[in-house]
This record gives sequence, structure tokens and C-alpha cells, in this order.
Amino acid sequence: MADDAIPRRRFLAGAGAAGTAVATALAPTIAAQAEPAPAKAAAVETATSAEPPPEPLLTLTAAEHAFIVAAIDVLIPADELSPSASECGVATFIDRQLAGAWGNGAHLYRQGPFLKGPPELGYQLALSPREFFRAGIAAANEWSRKTYGKDFDRLPEQDRETALHALEENKATFAGFSSAMFFNALLTITMEGFFSDPIYGGNRNLAGWKMVGYPGLPATYREHIKTYFGKKYDQPPQSIADFS
Amino acid sequence: MTTTLKEIDAVVIGVGWTGSILARELTKAGLNVVGLERGPKRTSREDYTIPRIRDDLRFAWRDELFQDTQLETVSLRHSPSDTALPIRRLGSFLPGTGVGGAGTHWAGITWRLLPSDHELRSHLTQRYGKDAIPGEMTIADYPVSYAELEPFYDHFEKIAGISGKAGNLRGKSVEGGNVFEGPRENEYPNPPLAPTMAGELTERAAKTLGYHPFPGPAANASEPYTNPEGVTLGACQYCGHCERFGCEANAKGTPDVCILPVLLADNRFELRTHAYVKELVYDRAARKVTAVRYVDTRSGEEYEQPAGIIILGAYVFNNVLLMLTSGIGEPYDFRTGKGVVGKNYCYQVTGNSVTAFFADKEINPFMQAGSSGIYVDDFNGDNFDHAGLGFFGGAWIRGSGAGGRPITGRPVPPGTPRWGRQWKQATATWYNHAVSITGSCCNYAHRENFLDLDPTYKDALGRPLIRMTYNFRENDLKCAAYIGEVLARIGRAMNPTILSAPAVRRGNYNVVPYQSTHNTGGTMMGADPKSSVVNRYLQAWDADNLFVMGASVFPQNASYNPTGLVGALAYWSARAITTSYLKSPGPLVHA
Repeated sequence: MADDAIPRRRFLAGAGAAGTAVATALAPTIAAQAEPAPAKAAAVETATSAEPPPEPLLTLTAAEHAFIVAAIDVLIPADELSPSASECGVATFIDRQLAGAWGNGAHLYRQGPFLKGPPELGYQLALSPREFFRAGIAAANEWSRKTYGKDFDRLPEQDRETALHALEENKATFAGFSSAMFFNALLTITMEGFFSDPIYGGNRNLAGWKMVGYPGLPATYREHIKTYFGKKYDQPPQSIADFS
Repeated sequence: MTTTLKEIDAVVIGVGWTGSILARELTKAGLNVVGLERGPKRTSREDYTIPRIRDDLRFAWRDELFQDTQLETVSLRHSPSDTALPIRRLGSFLPGTGVGGAGTHWAGITWRLLPSDHELRSHLTQRYGKDAIPGEMTIADYPVSYAELEPFYDHFEKIAGISGKAGNLRGKSVEGGNVFEGPRENEYPNPPLAPTMAGELTERAAKTLGYHPFPGPAANASEPYTNPEGVTLGACQYCGHCERFGCEANAKGTPDVCILPVLLADNRFELRTHAYVKELVYDRAARKVTAVRYVDTRSGEEYEQPAGIIILGAYVFNNVLLMLTSGIGEPYDFRTGKGVVGKNYCYQVTGNSVTAFFADKEINPFMQAGSSGIYVDDFNGDNFDHAGLGFFGGAWIRGSGAGGRPITGRPVPPGTPRWGRQWKQATATWYNHAVSITGSCCNYAHRENFLDLDPTYKDALGRPLIRMTYNFRENDLKCAAYIGEVLARIGRAMNPTILSAPAVRRGNYNVVPYQSTHNTGGTMMGADPKSSVVNRYLQAWDADNLFVMGASVFPQNASYNPTGLVGALAYWSARAITTSYLKSPGPLVHA
């Protein structure tokens, strides 16, 4: 059902303060089952409100979360095309990805020795993605304090943008790995969150898909490929939840 | 402790395309066959269903169907003087795991080689002179000609339900097909895929330039289709989730759809999943492989399965690994040029493209099949004169909708920032308006491109990783640059609002961006045991009951995606086994 994602968020929002053990223990699927069906009107109201309810964090600390929100909202700012990345749930997406199998090194060969190699040989660190983001956020904040006198999320918007350019262009010095490497990982996971199916927490209300005109599911176009030849496809997008 | 099992007629290692084909042909010949597959069994009905299969994150970017690099990977160095490091995360290529293998998540582009590709060294020598081929370019003829293999190409196309249009029917050129292809006995089993706007724009431009555009050969069934096994394929839905995904419509020609329904119903066949083959038990004196050792990955228990015939049908890297760790065949030595196992590892030189943006055209890039688009073969193989060009070979060229699934592809005009307001603006403006024209170049063998065993890094079974010594060479880079100019020419002829400059492959081989899961070579086929691992029937020179399948037998990679040839060679080998070897077990070719 299309509405499933909304009651889940409402339930989690009421489950406790971000980062508490209680909230962490509540798997999203259990939460969704536990929530009684809400009134349709309430769901619509939540879906369209500008301030989405806060969601408890699975792995990010409050400080890490603040960094992520501040950074991804510079990468994907709010404008007439879409709400900002964090308003679309991308910080939640990142938290869940880092807490899950991928964040903890699934499909990553982690046997040593760990040696430095040319960039063409790809990722060579001993860190899982979760550990990499922990180290990267800490390094970015340390650099921000050295450069601007405060943590990244406390900077005015103009400075955040300048700071992210510095990371991207390797003008910031990090210990262990380059700032560009961290920036690229952050940009990649932000785009994944903005454009993936909303079941993972990002792309809330299909904002990313609406921005580009991607129709999502069911993607059975056997007839449409003829009828829409050369024409704009005008069906509203649907996601996995709409077929579940 | 190893448990020794009862001997079986034949064992198949890896239940992908080649394992399924061989198991099917051998059971049809009356043999009892065991299939050993390291991964799980997945099915369209259970695993590739709507909505779960329409998930770009899970399937395309979290590697759902791919080999698990936590357990095994390969290492890479660019030259023999470098230290190899493991490829810790898949990127450049995506081998599969599980029943169906990489045949489950392929896109379906199904070529035949050109007749001249089959006899590459002889052909180039004849046309350009005996000194034309550089000494380090260790290319060779395939020991089987196009004409000999034609009925087997044809059969594989019928099994997989290929959609397309013939360009050469029994020597007669057919307009609208690929007029450069070798003579075909039959038309494709299915008509071409539905046209797309991107294809139409490409076709028009190519014709303006005097080229010969055609709809690509696709293992995406354009119509419901029943193959010679009596299995029915559904019709393609143009869902845009082909490569990296399974097919919920049963329209993609895969082992799971085309062969396994009949194979699994045959009680002469036994499928064992989670059976990770560790070693071939080789009797050097008898020149036989007597058994296969494997680990049940659910329990860790080790088994030895004796068998009369061994079919090695793993992916390229594991084929080579099993030959090297089992001591079958002489390992290749790049210094002397002697030895054969690991020799002539090749790849595909992709990443050559231009993107054309059309303000007034709706491309709908999310509506296409894995092989949709219009193709051009005028600059492939030796279809054009190479005199004075400084390289051999070429590329197949394709025009199709750029992007589609938005994590994977969101084309923006050159100069667009990677993030921020301008990025949003450009992405929203151009997402539905871009056509990409790509050229996939051949990769000809080079003396210092090869596979051997890594001295440092190990897999989950404690075996050395395969170490790849590989880089793009002068021939590759010159070919890519040349093709880039052709792509730009086609792009200009499309008269787009904006045209990107050609991106062409340059610099060192990089394992991070996806390029192609068309790794080839390492157990090459050939005319004699000094220069090859298997003979023309894919029978190992050093063990007559061992047959090695798949692209690891290619002497070099033509530009074409390998599956058409892989399927044809599997049926060709199966026929030699069932008609000759079974009657008189022993070498099918005398050295």
C-alpha cells in the first residue's frame, strides 16, 4: 500500500528519542506492523508537511547526523524542483545503509595486507563503509574547526558550500585518506538515497523521481513503448510500496 | 575429512549457461550428471517478481546477484613489475553466482563473431603482410571456423530466443540487418525489438553518413516464443531493468528460463547448490581428472565426487584458478612466452561514448530492453581498411536512450556541476532528452596481459586469488581514439541541441567504474598443446576427460560480447562429446 511508509515514520517518531536503545531495537518492519491504520487525512497531511518528523537513528551519532544533514542539503538543496535531501529522507537512508549489511562490509574483500595503491586499483582501506564514514566525518569536522573555528554543521550556508568544494578538490587535509575520496563517497550515497526506492528511507514522496520524470514501477511498457514513442510519459510515479 | 561419493558419469562445475547446456546435452545422451553450483538457486517465480525486482539499489548497486567479494575476488597489477592488490569491491566487471550464473543478470546482446575474427591471425597476415602484427600482440586463430560453428550459433540463438534481423542470409545481403555478418542459414527466431526514439535518431544519422544501421541481436524476446526445448519465453516488457537484474517476464534468454526447466525435470540430472568446487583431482600419468573436490558452504563439509567426464563451466577466473591449483597444463610465463594456462587474458575496451541532448525530443530512456537501440558495425573487426591506422580491430557501435534508472544514469550536458542547484536544474531538464552512442572495442591479446596465482592474497577456501596482470595497450588506446571520432561523427549527424565531446578510454585500466563483464582467455583453445590449453572441441590437451567451457577458451576478444560464441562453442563441444568421445573416450585431436 502507498501509505505504508507514512505510518511507519509516525510510529518511529513517537517511539523515543533519536539514538536510544529502544528506538534502535525497533526494526522498521515490526514498527509498520505494530502501527494501526491511520486516518487517510492524517497521512496526507504528514506527507505534504514541509518539516518531516524526526526519525530515530540506527547508527549515526547526533554529531554525525548533524554533519550529514548539513552536507547533503548543500549537495541537494531545496528549491522549486524538490525539497532538500534531508527533507527527502536521505539522512535516514544513509543511517540505515551504514547500519546494515553494506555498511558493515558485505561484498567487500577485507583480507590484508592493506597497502596503498594507485586509485585505479580501487578501495584499499581496512575500513567498512560505516567505519569510513565515521573517520571521514570526524576528519571533515576537524578540518572545519581548524579552518572556520567551528564544526561543519554550524557554518553559514555559503561557507558550507565552499567547504564541500574544498573537500571535493582535495584542498582539505585528512589523515589516512584524501578528502576527495570521502567527498565522493558522500556524494554517491546521497544520490543513491535521493533516487532509490523509498523503502530504504530516502526519495520520500518520490521527490527524486518526480524531479526527473522517472515513473518507477511497475515498468511494464510493452504497449507504452509504442503509444509513447516520442511523447512525454505522463503517468505519476509509483514505488515498491504501491505494489506491496 | 573428505567424504567420497559414488562415481557419476559426468560432473558439471558451475550451473550457468555452459553448465546448463552441457548437462542438458549429456543427460539427453543418457548420462547421469551432477551439477555443482557454489551459489543458491533462484527462480523467476520466487526471486524476480514485481515489485521486488524493480530495485536499482539492491540489484545494481548492492550486488545482490553477483559473486561475493567477501569470499573471493581477483587481484590486479598493471605490469609485471608492480605489486598486485585485491579488487576489494566489484566495479569494472560483475561475475554472477548462483544457478544461472552471470547468465541471469546479463543484458542479452548476443553476437556471432565475424568470419575474419575466427581466423584473426591468418586474416590479418594475409591482408596486411606477415610483419604487420606486432610481436607482443599474441593473437591467434580460433581453431574452429565460422562456417563450422554456424549451425551451433544458430542453435544457441534458437534456445535463447534471440530477436533481431539477419543481414546476410546464405550469402545474400539483406538491407536493414547487419550486412557485415557472416552468412546465416536462418533468420533470427524472433523479430527485432520495438523501435525507440534513440534508435530512430541513430539510424537516421548513420544512414546519412552512408553506414549500415541495424537492430541489435537481443536475448530479450520481442514476442512470446517457444524454444526447441519446448520452453516458452514471455514477451519483453521494456522495463529498463535488464543488466544486473533477473527478468520477471521470463523474456530474457537465461539458463533459468531456457534450459533449466527441462534439465531439472530430468531425473538423470542432480543439482547440488552451495557446492563450492575447490580442486580437480588430477591423475597426471593417466591424463585424466578422476574426481572433483568441493565444499558444502552450508556445513563446511568436504566431498570428493568421482566422475567419468568433467565439465569445467565456471567463470573465466575460476576456470583458470582450478587449472592452476590442480596442476593441469603448463602455467604461462610471460618472459619466455612458454606455457599456456593464464595466457592471452583479454577484456573489452568500452567507455567510448558521446551523449547527444535534444531539447525537443522525448527519449523515455526508462522504456527499453537490455539490447534496445540501433547498432552500426561499419567500424568493427576488419570491416574497414586498417592500412596506416596503427591498430587492428574495431568496435560495435550502439545508439540508445541514455540513463533510465536514475541511480544508475542521469545524463547532463558537459560542464554541469556534480551537485547543487545547477546540477538539479540540468538533471531535471535533460533526464528525458539524451541519447548515448557507445563503441565497445575489441581487446587483442598482449604478451604481458595474463593471469596467474597471487603470491599474497587468498580466497575463503585458502586458495591463492587469481592475479591479473593487465593494462590497456597501444592497440586498445588507438582503437578507442579512432572509434571516438566515429561516434562524434554520428553524434553531429544527429544534429542535437548539445553534443558532448567523445569520451574515449585512456590511461591505466581502472577497476572502479563498470566497463564490461566480458573477461576472456586464460585457457585458450588452439591447434596444438604448445600454444593452447584446450583443443578445438574444448577438450583439455592434458586430460582427455576434462572439457573447459566459456570465454576462458577465447584466444582473444573480438569486440563482440561473448555469450553468443560461448553458447555456440558449448553446443559444438557437447556434440563432439556425445557423438565421438562417448564412443571412444580419448583425445579427440591428436597432437
